Amino acid sequence: MSGTPAISRSEAGDASAPSGEVVVEARGLSRRFGKRWAFARVDLTVRRSERWLILGANGSGKTTLLRALATAISPSLGRLRLFGQDPREDLAAARRRLALLSHRTGFYEDLTARDNLRVLARLAGHPDADLGAVLDRVGLEDRPDPVRAFSMGMRKRLALAAVIVQRPELVFLDEPFAALDPAGMEDVAALVRGLEGTVIVASHQVERAAALCDRALLMDAGLPRWTGPAHQAWMAWKAVQAPLAAAAGGAP
Amino acid sequence: MSELLHLFRKDLLIEWRSRSHGFALACFALTLLLLFSFAIGPDTKTMSLHAGAYLWMSLLLSSTLLLARSFQVEVEDGAIETLILAPASATRMFYAKALANAVQLAILAAVAVPAVYALYGVQLHGEVGGGHRLGQLVSVVALGAAGLAAPGTLYAALTARLHARQLLLPLLLFPLVVPCLLAAVKATTLIVRPSLSEAEFTSWLALLACFDVLYWSVCGILFGRVIEQ
Amino acid sequence: MKSAYLLLVLGLALIVVGHGMGLFVAPSEAAMGETGRILYVHVPTAWTAMVVFTIAFVAALGGLWTGRMGWDALIEASAEVGVVFTALLLVQGAVWAKPTWGVYWTWDPRLTTSAILLVLFGVVLLLRHVIEVPERRLTLSAVATIVAFADVPIVYFSVRWWNSLHQAQSTPQTVSKLMWQPLVISIFGTMFLGLALVIARWRIAREHYEREDAAPDLPDLPDQIELSDEPASGGQEVRG
Repeated sequence: MSGTPAISRSEAGDASAPSGEVVVEARGLSRRFGKRWAFARVDLTVRRSERWLILGANGSGKTTLLRALATAISPSLGRLRLFGQDPREDLAAARRRLALLSHRTGFYEDLTARDNLRVLARLAGHPDADLGAVLDRVGLEDRPDPVRAFSMGMRKRLALAAVIVQRPELVFLDEPFAALDPAGMEDVAALVRGLEGTVIVASHQVERAAALCDRALLMDAGLPRWTGPAHQAWMAWKAVQAPLAAAAGGAP
Repeated sequence: MSELLHLFRKDLLIEWRSRSHGFALACFALTLLLLFSFAIGPDTKTMSLHAGAYLWMSLLLSSTLLLARSFQVEVEDGAIETLILAPASATRMFYAKALANAVQLAILAAVAVPAVYALYGVQLHGEVGGGHRLGQLVSVVALGAAGLAAPGTLYAALTARLHARQLLLPLLLFPLVVPCLLAAVKATTLIVRPSLSEAEFTSWLALLACFDVLYWSVCGILFGRVIEQ
Repeated sequence: MKSAYLLLVLGLALIVVGHGMGLFVAPSEAAMGETGRILYVHVPTAWTAMVVFTIAFVAALGGLWTGRMGWDALIEASAEVGVVFTALLLVQGAVWAKPTWGVYWTWDPRLTTSAILLVLFGVVLLLRHVIEVPERRLTLSAVATIVAFADVPIVYFSVRWWNSLHQAQSTPQTVSKLMWQPLVISIFGTMFLGLALVIARWRIAREHYEREDAAPDLPDLPDQIELSDEPASGGQEVRG
C-alpha cells in the first residue's frame, strides 16, 4: 500500500458512471450494537437499475448494512436517502417501494405458501395479484401444506416470490444463495436476473453473486475497503484476504 | 380499515391452521378449573361463591400461553419484519393482534363457562338485575378479555425476543391487570350468585371499561416503539 | 453531585427536626395512641415513593421522545429508589398494622396498592437487567414504566372498591394542627433525601453507561484497496 491517502473508487467512478436517478445514497452510514460497530463510515451511491454486490466475510457487517439500507434497522450515525428523500420523513412510502429478502425468510410457518403471499400482496396494495402465476414463476407448486414443511431451497424460492409479489423498485437480497444446492443456485440466479428495478445483493459467495451485478462494495470488519466494478470483486476480495493468509503462516 | 381487517384475518387464520394448539390450550384451561376445586374442597356452597375467581384465574393463566404464542409465530421466522417492511402500520398491527387475542380469549371463556357451570353449581339462567344472566356474563367476558388482551399483546411483543420471555411476560402482565382481574371476578361473582346488587355490578363494569379504554389507547400508541429495531 | 449532598444534608436535618417534633412535641394520636407516631415516617415515605415514581414516568416519556441515554439512567435511578422506598413503606405498614390490628398485613387499599406498585416497578428493573443493547433497554423499559405508571390510579380505585365491601376505611383521622407541622417538615425532609438518592444513583448510572455501553469512537477508515494490475474498465485510475 502506498503512503498516500487512497481515493474511494465510488467517488472516482462517479464521473464516468452512467448518470441516472440516485436511488440509494448513504454518507458516513454507521450502526452500532452496544460498544461494537456493526458497520461504520459507509458511503454508497446506487443509481436506478444498477445491480450492486456488497461482499464481505461473515461478520463483516454486510448484512447489517443491507438491513439499514432497507430501513429494517435504523442507523446510529450518518445520512441515508432513498429515492432522494430521508426515509424517516415518510417511512411507509419508502418501504412501499422496496423489498428485502432477509437471511431468515420471514414467513408464517403455519400458513401455506399462497396464504403468505396473499398477506404480502394485500399489504403492498396489490390485492389482485395472480399468486398462482408468481408461484409458478419461482417453480413452486401451489400446495396445501404449511411453510413449516418446506425445504430450505423451497423457502428461498418462496422468499423470492414474496419479493416479486410486492413489485418493488428497489430489492435487497441477503445471501440469496445460502443453503442451496447447485441446481437451486442456478434457479435463484436466473430469478434474480429476471428482477426488475435496482438490486442490491449481500453475499460472501463472491464469484456467483458478482456474475449478477455490475458494481461492488467490499466490506471488511465493518468498514468499506473497496468500491468498483463487480467483475473485479474477486481480486479485491483476494487482496483483503492476502494479509490474513500471510499472517496465518506464509501460505503459498 | 381494510388493512386492519386483513391483518386481523391473518392472525385468526394462523390460529385456525394451528388449531391443535388452541385445543391444547382449552384443555389446559379446563384442567385448571378442575384443579382449583381441590384447593377449596368439596363444599359446593364455597365453590359456587368462588366460581368467578376460578374462571378468571384459569383464563389469566391460559392467556399468557396464548399471548406468548401470538408473537412467537411472528418472530420464529422473522415474519414481523416482512410485515413492517411491506409496509403494515404498527398501530394497525397492534389493534389487529389485540383484537384477535381478545376474540380467542373470549372463545376460551365460552369453553370454560359451561365447565364452571357444571363443576361449581352456579346459576346461569334467569333474570337478574334487569337482564338475563348469560347476557350480562357475555358483557363481562368481553370487557375482561379485552382488558387482558391489550396490555398482554404489548408485553408479548416486548418480550418476544428476550431470553427470559416465559418468565417476564407473566411477571409484567399479572400485577398490571390486577384491576381488570378484580373487576371481572367481582362482576362475574355478582352475576352467578342468587342476588345481584345492580349498583355494585355497574360500578365494576365501569371500572373494566375504564381499564379497557386506558390500555387500548396507551398500548396502541406505544406498540410501534416496541417492535422497531 | 454537590446538589445531591446539599439535598441530603437538608433532608436529614428536616427529618431530624420533623421526627423530633413528631415524637416529643405533637400530641399522641387519638385513635392509635403512641403507635400513631409512625405517621411521621410512613406518610413521608409514601409521598416520596410517589414523587420518585413520577420522576421515573417523566424520564420514560423523555427517553421515548428524545432517545437520549441520560433519560435511561434516570429511569434506572428513580425506579430503583422508588422500589426501595415502596419496600420501606410495606415494612412500616406491617410495623404499624401489628399493634393496631393484630396482624402484619391488612388489605388496606393504600398498602395493597403499594405492594402492587413494588411488583410493577420491580419487574421494570428486572426487565432492564435482561436487555443488553442500551438503546433497546431505554425503549422497552420506558414503555414498561409508562404502562405501569398509568396503572397506579386504577389499581388504587379498584382495590378501594374491592376493600370497602369488607371493612371500614383505615384512613388516618383528619390531622390536628399540632401534628400537621412535623408531618409537613418530615415530608419535605424525606423527599429531599429521596431526591438526593435519585441524583446520586443517576450519576452512577450515567457513569456506568459511559464506561460500559457508550458509543466508542468511530473507527478510522482503513486504506482502500487498489487494484493496479487490471484497471477498472469504466473507472479512473487511482492517482497516487
